[in-house]
Amino acid sequence: MIPRPGAAALWPGAAALLALALLIGGALGGLLAAAADTGTSLTRNSDYVLAVLRFTVLQAALSALLSVGLAIPAARALARRGRFPGRGLLLRLLGLPMVVPTIVGVLGIVAIYGRSGLLNDAFAALGLPVRLDIYGLSGILIAHVFFNMPFATRLLLQGWAGIPGESWRLASQLGMSSGQMFRLIEAPMLRQVAPGVAGLVFLLCFTSFSVVLVLGGGPPNATLEVAIYQALRFDFDIPRVIALAALQVAVCAVLFAVAARLTRPIPVEMALGRVVGRHDLGSTLGRVGDAAAIGLAAAILLLPLAAVAVDGLSGPLSTALTDPALWRAAQRSLAVGLTAGGLALALGWGLVQSSRTLRVRFYRRRIADRLEMAGSLVLILPPFVVGAGLFVLLRPVADVFAIGLVLVVLVNALMGLPFVLRILGPAATEAEERHWRLCDSLGIGGWDRFRLVDWPLLRRPAGLALAICSALAFGDLGVIALFGTPQSETLPLLLYRQMGSYRTEAAAVTALVLLGLCLAMFAAIERGIGGRGSD
Amino acid sequence: MRRFIQAFLVVSSAVLAPAAAAAETLTVYTYNSFFSEWGPGPVVERAFEAECGCDLEFVGVDDGVAILSRLRLEGARTRADVVLGLDMNLVSEAAATGLLAPHGLDLSAVDPMVGSAMATSLVGEIFVPYDWGYFAFVYDSESLPTPPESLRALVEDSEVEILIQDPRTSTPGLGLLLWMRQVFGAEAADAWEKLRPRIVTVTSGWSEAYGLFLEGEAPMVLSYTTSPAYHLTVDGEDRYRAAPFEEGHYVQIEGAAKTATTDQPDLADRFLAFILTPPFQGAIPTTNWMYPAVAPEDGLPPAFDSLIEPSRMLLPAPVAIPDKRGAWVEEWLAAMSR
Repeated sequence: MIPRPGAAALWPGAAALLALALLIGGALGGLLAAAADTGTSLTRNSDYVLAVLRFTVLQAALSALLSVGLAIPAARALARRGRFPGRGLLLRLLGLPMVVPTIVGVLGIVAIYGRSGLLNDAFAALGLPVRLDIYGLSGILIAHVFFNMPFATRLLLQGWAGIPGESWRLASQLGMSSGQMFRLIEAPMLRQVAPGVAGLVFLLCFTSFSVVLVLGGGPPNATLEVAIYQALRFDFDIPRVIALAALQVAVCAVLFAVAARLTRPIPVEMALGRVVGRHDLGSTLGRVGDAAAIGLAAAILLLPLAAVAVDGLSGPLSTALTDPALWRAAQRSLAVGLTAGGLALALGWGLVQSSRTLRVRFYRRRIADRLEMAGSLVLILPPFVVGAGLFVLLRPVADVFAIGLVLVVLVNALMGLPFVLRILGPAATEAEERHWRLCDSLGIGGWDRFRLVDWPLLRRPAGLALAICSALAFGDLGVIALFGTPQSETLPLLLYRQMGSYRTEAAAVTALVLLGLCLAMFAAIERGIGGRGSD
Repeated sequence: MRRFIQAFLVVSSAVLAPAAAAAETLTVYTYNSFFSEWGPGPVVERAFEAECGCDLEFVGVDDGVAILSRLRLEGARTRADVVLGLDMNLVSEAAATGLLAPHGLDLSAVDPMVGSAMATSLVGEIFVPYDWGYFAFVYDSESLPTPPESLRALVEDSEVEILIQDPRTSTPGLGLLLWMRQVFGAEAADAWEKLRPRIVTVTSGWSEAYGLFLEGEAPMVLSYTTSPAYHLTVDGEDRYRAAPFEEGHYVQIEGAAKTATTDQPDLADRFLAFILTPPFQGAIPTTNWMYPAVAPEDGLPPAFDSLIEPSRMLLPAPVAIPDKRGAWVEEWLAAMSR
């Protein structure tokens, strides 16, 4: 049989798919086998499980409402004010919470909103009897707004950027007031875009772990993800883990399907700097309102990060920075971040390589979609389920101290995969569409094709994907919280432990190191792999 | 690109490779506050290492109950040679896992109270007690001049906010669960629900809750009658006091055990024997702030004289607890998340 040209490109996808199947299948198999061993029923104490589900949904819904509610005025003001000093910087900073390690963000939030934080001090100084309580639902909501409002603002801003210039010109000709423009032009756009953004924020908050672990304050405020962690860590109760995980997967799958309907794909990279010519920008009220909206969003975003920087720099730098445990943890985190990121990129590249060939060359769109879907579906799997399943599977043969890091790498590689597919997929498909005929006619294939054609075109999205996945894995306090030991302690775990034992000053320095290294690694990868001109 | 891949492989393989274990290392799993810099850990480590010429390595886990969970999680592959920090409420359950081995020590030197409490259990062969104390709510007398006088009063007619530990990880948390059962019996779940709005937070370990208490997050925290001795001795401060409760106070006996899978059985035996000797026992009152399991010949430090003596001593019956622990924890979870 004569191989069809391009058929070789199907191997990487098959290999990646096999790796996925082995990892996930192994994890689920391990868990089910362990559950069969213990043999308790899945449905006992359903009151507790239902209470957890109720709280998970409640906090996610409130978080989504608050985040989008605050993001709408901020995005509108940013869209209206196309030119003010620092606008470009602010837009870039809005991307920050995505890569800021959750635990660092939480520390900054405690410094601002905590019982002895800046805000409560300010209330006390002003003689107000208000006292913010950071533990429980309010703390969880504040943290979720910090992490998701900027992200929602960026997405909504793309919605504004998508409004055709003609609409504004027409509005100007008809002499519409700001209120009319909002009602007739902006509101219809929001009705299309906002539900999808809210759905995405809901999904992210639904599976929230670190925030709820640190700020939840006990059983009344546990999300499914935290309950899974607790069932594993406190009781090693596999049947309950399975019950909770099944619930989480079911709800996420439904949400995922609904969100897929609601959202129209918004390209990840898009110019946000566009200036629209609106005529309603002169009024004082509008100016004050926009300034307030932008100021509030900037404060929500920047105050906690500034607190991390200030507290870190004013901490006991010399003693904390000479602690060998800090640097060993930093080394481990770096290795975990790079390995997980590299693995995610390799898996994603394999899937994309095959899916684009199927899509473009063989006109098999549905198979191509399914292949990419397989990679994105890990989003609905709770990381602890994968981690715990693999742990049970590997326990008989592995070193329990070393295994923690391996699991962190594997789980983070899986969790990073959807980002790789989202960022790399469109660019890779476009490269295939443009160049496959030329490559075939010149007989360029395999390594040469990669080196001469794909790499120069795809290094930028690949660099971005690697940078994001590595940063996420670098700052992850997920599976490591379950399996970490002093011998496998990563920076986020060290920070969590320092916060837990009230070594506040050392924690402040650790947080700053964690944040600094994470951002430096992100920038180095993005520049180093992506090449010049990427940002 | 190629250089990047090479660099990346070198870095990751160097760091991810498991560190080679040094010869003659005794690994002890314990709770965080035991091996913190102000706890008994450093003193014990120095004294034992000088005696055995080996390396004593503490691995910290949130709190006592979490040690058992960790042991279960790791199973026969655990690296622990000794676990230190289980209490009487956990020990028969821990023994039932088959992961612990008998110590073969003569326990006649231990305090008669501890000895008689252990006589009611079947696990004296496994469990080496190292200290004991009474659970109590410690309060800040400056922000709470008149604390509740009983557990019932705390639950039923009090507005005071408290900090407690999670019974799924922490031995004081589990102790409170049993204490509540003792006082409220079948109505314990309702009592928990009544108490719930005033629980500021449920921490996974004792040290987190106590740290929050000292930062003023709540005027009352679940701890021990002996905790005020720390403040008297270290800061000369008498504002932190233990509240005597009419119903009596639960006794906790903490102990250590050898794992069945240890690769250092001799060292583990030596360590367990060391636990009952003066260098270890002498460190307990002023580092772990508990009563030592072997009563010291020259008496306790002076600060211990001013501590409250509970009117009634509630003793755990460890044999009955393992079967019920799961059910009671479930009941607590349900009451707390209603």
